[in-house]
Amino acid sequence: MAQVRLQNITKQFDGVTAVEDINLDIADREFMILLGPSGCGKSTLLRIIAGLEDPTEGEVYIGDTMVNNVMPKQRDVAMVFQSYALYPHKSVQDNIEFPLKVRKVPKAQRAAAAIEAATSLGLGEYLDRKPGALSGGQRQRVALARAIVRNPAVFCMDEPLSNLDAKLRGETRAELIALHRRLNSTFVYVTHDQVEAMTMGTRIAVMSRGHLEQIGTPQEVYDKPSSVFVAQFVGMPPMNILPAGSLETGTHLVGVRPEHLRISPDQPLSLQVQLVEQLGHEVHITGSVGDRRVVIRQDSAAVMPAVGSVVQVGAAENGRHRFDAVTEQRIAE
Amino acid sequence: MKRNRRDSGLAALMLVPSGVILLLFVVYPLIKAVWLGQQRCGVTKCTNNGFDQYLDAFRSNEFQDALIVTAKYALITVPIGLVLGVALAVLADKYMRGVGIFRTIFSSTVATSVAVASVMWFFLLNPNVGVLSEWIGGIAKTPGLLQDPRSALWAVSASSIWANLGFTFIVVTAGLQGVPKDLYESAYVDGAGGFSRFTNVTLPMISPTLLFATVVLTTRAFQSFGEVDLLTEGGPLGKTTTLTYLAYGSGLPTSNDDGLRATVSVLLFAVLLALALVQFRGLEKRVHYGN
Repeated sequence: MAQVRLQNITKQFDGVTAVEDINLDIADREFMILLGPSGCGKSTLLRIIAGLEDPTEGEVYIGDTMVNNVMPKQRDVAMVFQSYALYPHKSVQDNIEFPLKVRKVPKAQRAAAAIEAATSLGLGEYLDRKPGALSGGQRQRVALARAIVRNPAVFCMDEPLSNLDAKLRGETRAELIALHRRLNSTFVYVTHDQVEAMTMGTRIAVMSRGHLEQIGTPQEVYDKPSSVFVAQFVGMPPMNILPAGSLETGTHLVGVRPEHLRISPDQPLSLQVQLVEQLGHEVHITGSVGDRRVVIRQDSAAVMPAVGSVVQVGAAENGRHRFDAVTEQRIAE
Repeated sequence: MKRNRRDSGLAALMLVPSGVILLLFVVYPLIKAVWLGQQRCGVTKCTNNGFDQYLDAFRSNEFQDALIVTAKYALITVPIGLVLGVALAVLADKYMRGVGIFRTIFSSTVATSVAVASVMWFFLLNPNVGVLSEWIGGIAKTPGLLQDPRSALWAVSASSIWANLGFTFIVVTAGLQGVPKDLYESAYVDGAGGFSRFTNVTLPMISPTLLFATVVLTTRAFQSFGEVDLLTEGGPLGKTTTLTYLAYGSGLPTSNDDGLRATVSVLLFAVLLALALVQFRGLEKRVHYGN
């Protein structure tokens, strides 16, 4: 069993609070994504799970064991770093063998395990090479192979794809999903990339300023964002937040996803068109309603408004999200 | 084509000042020293013995003895200095309160001249008033550590190690700053203990720094003069007569013979050149220069 449980976790660095009162249950074999902008505390939380940081307050459980005072090597956790953290002076095989070597696994046994891990990730022919002679994608695989070689209960990954180019990132995303299925282990994955979060995670924990904003499946987070922050962080282009009283009467804010905004003469809001971006399969129309920037996403086959023109826009009832104007939290339906 | 020629001309013009300085202060003295090294000079005139003088000097007992003393001196000062410098740098490479004070203390010897360090050590090792002599042999131990043929080279080495410690500390500290923290954290999560992280991460990652420090410390050891002159004047019984002190020649066959002094100096240059080559060739295979 390798569920991870964080209870009332707070971490302060020299009096500055990085994460505050975090409660998070990660189920066994779950692919949990910690998603948020830079500085939101997601990496700190991951490092607390891995044992690289001690929480100022709160308890960390892996399985049924409280691991606050347990060394990283005894937590049965493997970590993949953003920089890959490969030892540049060691060959690919020696890098992959390293966790077994420090655990005094016999040489023949660890060599066999390293070769198996490397082969499973398509690194079989690079075993004698140094990391410096590998591409970014290959290095990333070596880091993964080093993590899987000792079959840990929990994998901690700190933005492992962010150094790859867009094409390779897409390919590696799919490989990571397959790897998760094959290994049947618990993955905790930190990213600021919502596409990674939406496509890979079984659940997403969205963080902002050291707090958990929302925990849910990718679809839940997208369909029912718990706050204006989540609504605007998840989804590209982000959700439009319309001023209170513009679309509906009342003091609350109304959020509408760009794909739910419709252009039609009978709609209530006037939008001054400022930019039309043709993306091939879809079009983004950017403009302003009052002092708010609003983006509409529509099919490329639809009629395009001219830049500078004023069009009427609105959204159906089921495309609207309501948030409190003061707390910016979702108003229960 | 025209522009290339003009650029080359300009480049040559820019290089002239450096070239003149190099010719005047490096190339000319070297050629002059090689020429002078073929002479035996009395009070009034010199006689030319050709390159045989180098062979004769190299085979002489004085040179061989000084070479052995210098080699011993290097073998004592370089490894001990390196180990101490690395140990202090690793200890001070922590984010703790007050570590800056230790860094300042450890690196302070780099700002101390050889003369000041030697005088300080002269008093520390003095058989009558020296603290170190008292600790090691008791007050009024005769002969003192600097006067005893068995301990003199070690005593001079101690002064040299201390004086060079600041340099090694600063260089290794700089090397440690360049080691990515991720590597330590990765090794830590993978289960490596402190010693394993030191041997698997720290040492290989600072190997270029260690090679540099080894070459510089070895060269300094072979060129050391101030400590020997101020602490022992080459004695007792020639046990601390290093090659540079032989070239200086006070009280030795080389005294008052500029020719012989030049011979020893050129031979020392050759020895150092050979050593540096051997060090780079031998150690570079074990040095990792990053990606």
